[in-house]
Amino acid sequence: MLHQPAAPVGKDPAQQYKMRLGVWMVIAYSLFYGGFVAINLLKPLLMEKTVLAGLNLATVYGFALIIVALLQALVYDAMCRAQEHKLSDQKIAGEVR
Amino acid sequence: MAVIVFLIFVLFVLGLSFYLGNRTKTSSGYYAAGGQIHWAVNGIAFAGDYLSAASFLGICGMIATMGYDGFLYSVGYLAGWIVALFVVAEPMKRLGKYTFTDAVDSKYNSRGIKLAAAISTLVVSICYLIPQMVGAGVLVQPLLGLAHHWGVIMVGAIVITIVATAGMASTTYVQFLKGALLILFSTILVVAVCNRGLQTEPNQGGRVPFHTYASLTAVEADGKLTVTDPSWTVVELQEVKTAKTTFARLTREGQESWWLVSRGSSSVSLKEIEASVVKPDGRVLVNGQPASKDNTIRQVGNLESIRGKTQSDTGRVSPIGLLSAMSHDQTRIRRWKEVRFQDSEGARITAYVPAATAGNLFMRPGLKFKVQGTRLERLDFLSLMLALFLGTAALPHILIRYYTVPSPASARKSTIVAIASIGFFYILTLFMGIGAAINGVLNPADSNMAAPLLARSFGELLFSIISAIAFATVLGTVSGLIVAASGAVAHDFCDRFLNLKMDDHAKIRAGKLSAFLIGALAIVLGILFKGMNVTFLVGLAFAVAASANLPAILMLLFWKRTTAKGIVASIFMGVLSSLLLILFSPELYKLYGLDPASAPIPFSNPGIISIPLSFITLVVVSLCTKPRNPEPDSPA
Repeated sequence: MLHQPAAPVGKDPAQQYKMRLGVWMVIAYSLFYGGFVAINLLKPLLMEKTVLAGLNLATVYGFALIIVALLQALVYDAMCRAQEHKLSDQKIAGEVR
Repeated sequence: MAVIVFLIFVLFVLGLSFYLGNRTKTSSGYYAAGGQIHWAVNGIAFAGDYLSAASFLGICGMIATMGYDGFLYSVGYLAGWIVALFVVAEPMKRLGKYTFTDAVDSKYNSRGIKLAAAISTLVVSICYLIPQMVGAGVLVQPLLGLAHHWGVIMVGAIVITIVATAGMASTTYVQFLKGALLILFSTILVVAVCNRGLQTEPNQGGRVPFHTYASLTAVEADGKLTVTDPSWTVVELQEVKTAKTTFARLTREGQESWWLVSRGSSSVSLKEIEASVVKPDGRVLVNGQPASKDNTIRQVGNLESIRGKTQSDTGRVSPIGLLSAMSHDQTRIRRWKEVRFQDSEGARITAYVPAATAGNLFMRPGLKFKVQGTRLERLDFLSLMLALFLGTAALPHILIRYYTVPSPASARKSTIVAIASIGFFYILTLFMGIGAAINGVLNPADSNMAAPLLARSFGELLFSIISAIAFATVLGTVSGLIVAASGAVAHDFCDRFLNLKMDDHAKIRAGKLSAFLIGALAIVLGILFKGMNVTFLVGLAFAVAASANLPAILMLLFWKRTTAKGIVASIFMGVLSSLLLILFSPELYKLYGLDPASAPIPFSNPGIISIPLSFITLVVVSLCTKPRNPEPDSPA
């Protein structure tokens, strides 16, 4: 009983789907983040090349890491919600039958 | 003005805490705000919790002095939220009750895990507390004119009051308020920076005249230096081999000053510097005159040229225009380096020496983290980036915020709000750091004050508000850390590990007492660690968290063969290995006053070793021990 959450949490049928999706999302972002680290370690001079609107690669890549994190988070939330609704509708339909 | 804004803020925060304190009657209310905080409020409170003194004071200061290398922390801190959102948020909410320990122990009900996780929470929280308290001390000096230790004591006292009155409820609203205000006023500051544009001779909007540093010509013959202007006399030369610089002590009309010797191919010149001298009799001189309120080290930092043009003023620029001009290889940023040495009479000199850095170098990694350096230096960089990426999802004071919302979906949504607000703030740090680097506002003796001092260049009102917010930044984060640490002591250790069978009131009392003790410890440590860059210290706390906690969390979720003994061993291995690597690192050797080159560990960021070591320990010990059947009431 000591492990119960502060607020009761029901069973989540979408749990497995969300975990799988989460892992793929982390892998994708890790590759993007790893690319940034790798360029700095292997070709650091590339980071000072101007790539967009007078901005260098370091700035563009740094901002992109922040913006992509947010975009991925929004996509993840949308996919999780869609799956939660789908499974919840299926459950209701099953109960009605 | 600054004092009034500060007092209004502190009184409001304390009033809120007492109001919420009257409504906090249960341990669930004290440790997890009853699990009823709205996800949007929780998301901003996450930002308030996470955007600590390290983010606001430390990162801006590091960008101002070390260029893009400071922004690496912004990128890494934000990237860490990806792991928190995608892997940790919902499971933590499902498995835990009040603390990180609850979640890790949820499948096992093991006394060993309770003890190990409580110790780890305590160690990480204290590592994280130190830079926050250092930041508090730094802030009160220009804000209230008090000494560093008074700032630390004041923050400690206020935070203990906040936490001891209403626990997580008051902490959440203080963090919400602080997070929202921090983002709003940082945006205003960045707009002001862009409106002012770039100038080679910044004068803080006409408030502080630009100081042009003098240069003298000299001749050197038979190893003797003579200034061409006969009114100057060279008293002595001091070569500082570690800094590869030579300084000259000159006198004129009985007044002493230190100059940088610059040797060209055919000529020698002496360049004016900033210097603070402590004489053997204890007198302190600043730039040759007795130190006083009116005679301090000058604020520094400016552009020597903008896209190749000296004496230039761009006027208003767009944010992209500002970054573009800063990145140009013909833009020169005058940065200041600290060099310490002794003269022939035993006086201790701290000299601040200017050096021009090209914009293309300033705006890419390399000034602090030697990405073009030796293999070990590059490994240090890799280690930092790894710890920042993996540390966020393992910070106990962040993890407990998942228990303040009603459902796993709310935990997920509040994390997304956190990513949006924190990400936006981190983009602003680049502009604030650059603004401080080029507007002649930096205190060369302490980079941590870069953002508040930048605000002061736009007027006392903005300075007062930004300083009060910076103070609130410390309050919000320290409150969260003390809630997490007191939960570890009172809930995990006393209630769960020692099985003291406390009733609800006793649990709250134990939490409040723990908050008081941990707050007192934080005050002592904040005074001891005065002067270190707060971002660097937080980076180390991330490494400890990532090493101690993350392997346990991830393997618990994704590897069925994980055993309680494996988790205990991995937590202890993570804590011990990361702490030992830090204690024997070059950066800490500097703090001890020893030669950094003699440190047995050749790099300063331990994550690259301690994180894999902790994972390996968990796997090996789990494979060698027998898994127990899950508890019947386990939610997993």
